[in-house]
Amino acid sequence: MSDVAVREQRIQWPEAGVSRVPFEIYTDEPLYEGEQDLLFKGPIWNFVGVDVEVPAIGDFKTNFVGDTPVVVVKSSADTYSAFVNRCAHRGSTLCYEKTGNRDAFTCVYHNWSYDLEGNLKTVAFHKGVRGKGGLPDDFRTCDHNLQKLRVQELCGLLFVSFDEAAPDLETFLGPKMVAHIRRIFSKKVRILGTFSQYMHNNWKLYMENVKDSYHASLLHTFFTTFKLNRLSMQGGLVLEGDGGHHISYSKMATDSGSGTDYESGSLRAQNDEFALHDDRILKSWPEFEDGITHAIQGIFPNLIVQQIQNSLALRLLIPRGVNGCELVWIMFGFESDTQEQTDIRVALSNLVGPAGLVSMEDGVIGSFVQRAIVGNQGRETVLEMGGRSVESQESRVSEASVRGFWQTYRKYMGL
Amino acid sequence: MSGSTELFHRVRPLYDAYADCIDEERFEQWPEFFEDVCFYQITTREAYRKSLPIGIVQCNSKGMLIDRINSMKKANIFEPQRYRHLLGALHVESTDNGTIRARMGFGIVRTLESGDSMLFLSGVWHDEIVETPEGLRFREKIAVLDSGCVDTLIVVPV
Repeated sequence: MSDVAVREQRIQWPEAGVSRVPFEIYTDEPLYEGEQDLLFKGPIWNFVGVDVEVPAIGDFKTNFVGDTPVVVVKSSADTYSAFVNRCAHRGSTLCYEKTGNRDAFTCVYHNWSYDLEGNLKTVAFHKGVRGKGGLPDDFRTCDHNLQKLRVQELCGLLFVSFDEAAPDLETFLGPKMVAHIRRIFSKKVRILGTFSQYMHNNWKLYMENVKDSYHASLLHTFFTTFKLNRLSMQGGLVLEGDGGHHISYSKMATDSGSGTDYESGSLRAQNDEFALHDDRILKSWPEFEDGITHAIQGIFPNLIVQQIQNSLALRLLIPRGVNGCELVWIMFGFESDTQEQTDIRVALSNLVGPAGLVSMEDGVIGSFVQRAIVGNQGRETVLEMGGRSVESQESRVSEASVRGFWQTYRKYMGL
Repeated sequence: MSGSTELFHRVRPLYDAYADCIDEERFEQWPEFFEDVCFYQITTREAYRKSLPIGIVQCNSKGMLIDRINSMKKANIFEPQRYRHLLGALHVESTDNGTIRARMGFGIVRTLESGDSMLFLSGVWHDEIVETPEGLRFREKIAVLDSGCVDTLIVVPV
C-alpha cells in the first residue's frame, strides 16, 4: 500500500513512546485517509446502533463506520445485516433517510434492487426493451451484491466489521469491557433522546479528552462546584488488554472532600458559595449494586458508554474530515423505568450534551487544541500524568488511558 | 379588527423584547420572561415529533433558568459569543383556559470574537403564554430546532 509508505515518511513517532504524541497526528490528511482503511475498516468492531432502533424485520438505520456510510437492518427475526450504503451499480446512496422500513433496498437511480441481506435480486430492464439493450448474457447478479459487513451483537448493541480477520466481538472488547456493558445493558433499553454535536477538531482529540480523567474537575467547573465528581472520591481507571478500551469510574457517596487540594481553595474550580436555585438536576438514585455512580467507558476507537449517576448515554464519534467530527448522542433509560426514574434521567440530562452544565466545555476544548497546533509541526503533546506507562491505576489523576489509546492506535496504524 | 389580530399585536412585543434581552446580553433579565413554575426546553424536531422526553436543555422552574445563567457566568468555559435572533412569523390563538398558545419561527446568527459568524440555529418556539399583573409571561417555551446537530455547544439561551 503506497499510502502507508507515504504516511510513515511523514510521521515519525517520538522515541519517548506514548508519553509523547506528534501534533501532525491531528492534522495530517494522508494519515486521515489511512485511518479509514487500517483502523475503521481494519480488524475491529464499530458500534452502529441499538437493537431497539430497528425492532421489526426490514427496519433499518443509516450510520457511519469512520466516514464510510453504512446501513444496518434487521433482516430476519434473529439476524441483522449491514452493508455500505452505496448501490453496486453506479455508487448512488441507497438509503438517504436516517431510519425507515423496507421490504427490499431499491436504488432510486436505476431501480437495482437488493434483499435485506444486501444480495442483488433484480435489475431494471435487464433483458432490455423488445429484445434490444439489456445486460450481457453472462452478467451474474450474485457478483454485484452490496458490500457487506459482519454484524455481531452484545446486549442489544450492534457492532459491524469490514474485516474477516477481526476476532469475535467479545474477544475484541475483552472480559472487563464485556462485563461493564452487561452491567449497564441488563434490561431492555428505552431511547429517551438523540442529538448530535459538531466539533471543530480531529476526532482523536475528543477521544483523548474522554479518556483523560485528569481534566474532569479542572475544565468542568460546574461538576466540582456541586461535588458531583472529585478526584478524592473512591474510584479508578481500568484498562483492557493493550489499553485501547478503558473505564474511569467513581463512587460519589464515599467522597469526604478533605485532605486534597480542594480544601485549600487554590483551584479555580472550587466555589462552595455557589448555590443552586433548583437542585433537582442533582437528584439521583442508587441504580447499580456495585455502588459506582460515575463510569465512563471508552471503547476503541470511537464509542463511549456513559453513566453519570442515572444519566445513561451512548456516544458515537464520527470523523468528518481531518479537522472535524460529529458526536452522536443516544440518551437512554429502560422500559422498566418508573415515571419518577425517567424524570430523574431527564433532569440529569441537563448536565451532559452540547448544552450540558457539566460538560459543554468538551465541545470546544478540542478546537482550542486544533487551532493552536497549526504551524507547529515537529512539536508534540506531553502525557506524563500518572507515569509514562499504560496500566490500570487507582488514581484518576492520570493520563494512563490516553496513553493506552495511543498504544492501540499505533498498533493498528503501524506507526 | 378581529380578536386574533388584537391578540397578535399584544403578543408580538413580548417576542421582540425576549429576543432583544438575549441579543443585548441582559441575561439576568431572561428568567423574568417566565412564570415561577414553567417549562423551558430546547429540543430537536426529530425528538419533538417522536415525543422523546430528553432534548438538549430541559428546565422545570424559573430557578433552573436562573441556575443556567449563573452557570454560564460563573462556571462554564466557552468562547465569547453573541446571538442575533431573526424572528419569523408569529401565530397566536387563545385557549379555553385563558392562556395563549403561540408559535414563532426563529433563526440565530452566532458571532465569535474572531469575527466568525454563522447561522447557528433555526427552529420554532412552541409557547404557552399567560397574562400576569406584571404583563405577559411564558408558562411554557419549547424551542424546537430544525436540525438535530448543534455546532460546538449551546450556552446562551435560545
